[in-house]
Amino acid sequence: MSKKFWETLPQGSVVLEAGSSAKFKTGGWRSMRPKWIEENCIQCMFCWMYCPDMSIKVTAEGKRAEFDYDYCKGCGICALECPGKKGKKAIVMEEEGK
Amino acid sequence: MGKIVAVTGNEACAQALKQINPDVCAAYPITPATDLMQRFSSFVNDGKVDTELVLVESEHSAMSACIGAAAAGGRVATATSSQGLALMWEMLYIAAGTRLPIIMPLVNRALSAPLNIHGDHSDGMGARDTGWIQIYSENAQEAYDNTIQAFRIAEHLDIRLPAMVCMDGFIVSHSIERVEYIDDADVKKFVGKFQAVHPLLDLDNPKSYGPLILTDLYHEYKRAQHEVMTKVPKVVLEVASDFEKMAGRKYGLFETYRLEDAEMAIVVMSSAAGTTKDIIDQYRDKGVKIGLLKPRIFRPFPYLEIADALKHVKAIAVLDRADSFGGYGPLFMEIAGSVMSMASKPAMINKIFGLGGRDYLPDQAEGVIDELIKVAQTGKVPAVKEYIGVKE
Repeated sequence: MSKKFWETLPQGSVVLEAGSSAKFKTGGWRSMRPKWIEENCIQCMFCWMYCPDMSIKVTAEGKRAEFDYDYCKGCGICALECPGKKGKKAIVMEEEGK
Repeated sequence: MGKIVAVTGNEACAQALKQINPDVCAAYPITPATDLMQRFSSFVNDGKVDTELVLVESEHSAMSACIGAAAAGGRVATATSSQGLALMWEMLYIAAGTRLPIIMPLVNRALSAPLNIHGDHSDGMGARDTGWIQIYSENAQEAYDNTIQAFRIAEHLDIRLPAMVCMDGFIVSHSIERVEYIDDADVKKFVGKFQAVHPLLDLDNPKSYGPLILTDLYHEYKRAQHEVMTKVPKVVLEVASDFEKMAGRKYGLFETYRLEDAEMAIVVMSSAAGTTKDIIDQYRDKGVKIGLLKPRIFRPFPYLEIADALKHVKAIAVLDRADSFGGYGPLFMEIAGSVMSMASKPAMINKIFGLGGRDYLPDQAEGVIDELIKVAQTGKVPAVKEYIGVKE
């Protein structure tokens, strides 16, 4: 007898696949979008450290790269923490879709 | 085989936990369950068990720690009462929904307000819908035996649900009774080695507990949770059969007493069943055909099996040691659910008794039977729900 769909669910809703949250793209939740202004970036990596969603990409050389907009929810922590260069922020928040 | 001792219900349960030697116990003291875990903590301190005892700052934390330890892959137990259980409320659902076989003696006690430390079933009945298996015990022997059986039931690979083993606060938890202990080796063999399912400490296979599940799958998870509860009665009876082979004491989903040829029945749980049986004997001597049904497994509730056991009676009195204000007593509602399936329905009355530890005395049982005789004769029920033993 074939099992009903609900009988095939893992017991106790345990997620048995490691790292499966990568499949759940949360970028669509964003209303504010961070913008990286490379000329003001001092590569302090504060944004990478503070990002709660691991949405700051890093190059093979360990340098800050573009945002990963598939997962960035637009919380703005990176923009807040960014020290910038000579008073100019390297990350600014802009309204999504503008 | 075994050893006969004079102990309290709490002491007997602590002994069962000692013989089972759980991996983790997280507990917070609350009257009247304090003494149970205090005794168990002595076993930990004296090196009689290998259990990791986690002393936490509240019952909410106690159940949280139990959930964590059970998810990690351990055999886990705790104990509580009343406000402690109420404070665990949120975590009780998580333990059951996550299918963690945690064992918890619940020393039944009234809920505040007004503040009261004595025995009634308000706490257990409040946790009725949490998804825990609930087993009620009449005396210290049953509390001990049920604790041992609860591990086998909860940990069964078809079940994996948490279980409460209930006994009446003070009346059973603090009264010294004759109890037959089973040999350590026999208990160990009976309970068997713990089999972890999806343990977090299996580091080669990482996994996540407690995901967010919304409209897409929550309904299906609850359907699956209902299904597993329907499998519990079969496992309870299998475990009871094995237990009888080991200890010689017989258990079922419920107990019947002089019910087979009865025209009337009293349904009551836990310690009050003992007093009621005595009074039934007195009425039987006078030729009154009265019997008793004592539910043992309250969740899942064996509706059809109980209906079958009660189908020949003309009148039923359901005695509740808890109230649902604005409703009938919780046990009455379940028995009404059983009666619903009967072709010929008996008349039913509901008596609320013994709240906050008010003694349930023989004259109360006599009063119930006298009324039941009239109900059976006339088929008329003057009032469905009434308080008994209340000062008027």
